[in-house]
Amino acid sequence: MSLLEMNHIRKSFGSLEVIKDISLKVDEGEILSIIGPSGSGKSTMLRCATMLEKIDAGEIRYMDERIAWADPDGTKHYPKGAELKKVCSYFGLVFQSFNLFPHFSVMKNITDAPIHNQKRNKEEVCEEARKLLAKMGLSDKADAYPCQLSGGQQQRVAIARALALNPKILFFDEPTSALDPELTGEVLKVIKSLADLHIAMVIVTHEMNFAREISDHVMFMDKGVVVVEGSAEEVFTTDNARMKAFFGKLQH
Amino acid sequence: MSFTVMLQQLAEGMLRSMGIFFLTLLFSLPLGLFVAFGRMSKNKILQGIVRVYISIMRGTPLMLQLLAVYFGPYYLAGAKLGKNWRFTAIILAFVVNYAAYFAEIYRSGIASMPPGQYEAARLLGYSKSGTFMRIILPQVIKRILPSVTNEVMTLIKDTSLSFSLAYAEMFTIAKQIAAKETSFVPFIAAAAFYYVFNAIVGFIMNRIERSMNYYT
Ligand SMILES: Nc1ncnc2c1ncn2[C@@H]1O[C@H](COP(=O)(O)OP(=O)(O)OP(=O)(O)O)[C@@H](O)[C@H]1O
Ligand SMILES: [Mg+2]
Repeated sequence: MSLLEMNHIRKSFGSLEVIKDISLKVDEGEILSIIGPSGSGKSTMLRCATMLEKIDAGEIRYMDERIAWADPDGTKHYPKGAELKKVCSYFGLVFQSFNLFPHFSVMKNITDAPIHNQKRNKEEVCEEARKLLAKMGLSDKADAYPCQLSGGQQQRVAIARALALNPKILFFDEPTSALDPELTGEVLKVIKSLADLHIAMVIVTHEMNFAREISDHVMFMDKGVVVVEGSAEEVFTTDNARMKAFFGKLQH
Repeated sequence: MSFTVMLQQLAEGMLRSMGIFFLTLLFSLPLGLFVAFGRMSKNKILQGIVRVYISIMRGTPLMLQLLAVYFGPYYLAGAKLGKNWRFTAIILAFVVNYAAYFAEIYRSGIASMPPGQYEAARLLGYSKSGTFMRIILPQVIKRILPSVTNEVMTLIKDTSLSFSLAYAEMFTIAKQIAAKETSFVPFIAAAAFYYVFNAIVGFIMNRIERSMNYYT
């Protein structure tokens, strides 16, 4: 069973078509990396998958169930109310800029949503949060506020916050590009360790070595289309000229 | 008139000034939030009405608004309102005026919140009201507190405008005594009262601001 399927997605901002008929599929526990130059539509793709943006054409399926689609006449169908809540519980998103809640302590950032939105038992949630913090190497930061943490620590809290809702799939939008190189490693290490949890992940990143190492599947996007995709080895050793040009630029 | 009698009368006036002050805040602070929602509404008609209301409140003298609320019912509808109308009219005028100012402060505070906070909240399953009450509003309060403090301190001094309806708050009384005794002392005493009240309110607001300094 595929966890996420996005079929023939199109998305425009005004007259600018940003996603031009892209399809992707993620199975349970699978790791997909999306790479590509700036402005190619990678973030937009993630924002469509997490329903922060509405698609103009195509369909989105979670757990083999069609949850959002656009008719050929442009009518958009999106879940509401309880249905929306259910769908949202399938996924989590880790932002480039963390977006932690600055007025909540680290602990509250992680536990507030499970307690208030999922109505789960408080003790149980806090216990789980402590385990997550330990996994993130942040056991001593439970009572700190986000402003007292480094960027790398904040991003690890953001990952813990997303994991606390027990998503089946986690989206990462350039989780390390707001970080100093020294802090990038610690966040990548944490993401790698999540592979053991058997959560599916879709990762937009400019860290090519990381993508090559961790991914089951890699998609190279440029100007709103998928140029090359396949296993990590296939994509990173391709002869495709655009892909090679992209790598060439990264090397400098 | 002895100095103590004068102070006593002024103190009574001060209590009435404080009454106006607290009642105005009690009603205008929450009302301002609803006005801000109206101002930010997607409904163009509601938004337009609120916009006009705010611009009139901010664009005309409060003293004129006091007179309009007090005499309006009589001149417009011939209504004869009872003895308590004077005080009610004062509170009404102050609340409606200050709600407009607070609404603009709330609005700018809400607009200054980064969209990422809303997006993160949405992804974490917060409802619209949950997002506002738990995530947005607490941060907005911290951001707007200095501007609110300014308005609150202005309000203390603005209560003296009630003299235009001859309501016996402190400034009205100070004027009466000063005229009767041909003395300037009541004004100095009144100034001292206002000053001390302002200082106390300033101190309290400062404490509240500092209590929110645990995050940036
Ligand atoms: N809300 C929006 N309104 C208008 N244009 C937008 C919006 N969001 C994105 N775009 C445009 O869509 C295009 C793709 O943007 P997107 O953020 O998806 O690229 P990206 O691949 O994530 O790039 P980067 O690597 O720089 O993050 C860009 O040209 C961008 O300017
Ligand atoms: Mg991006």
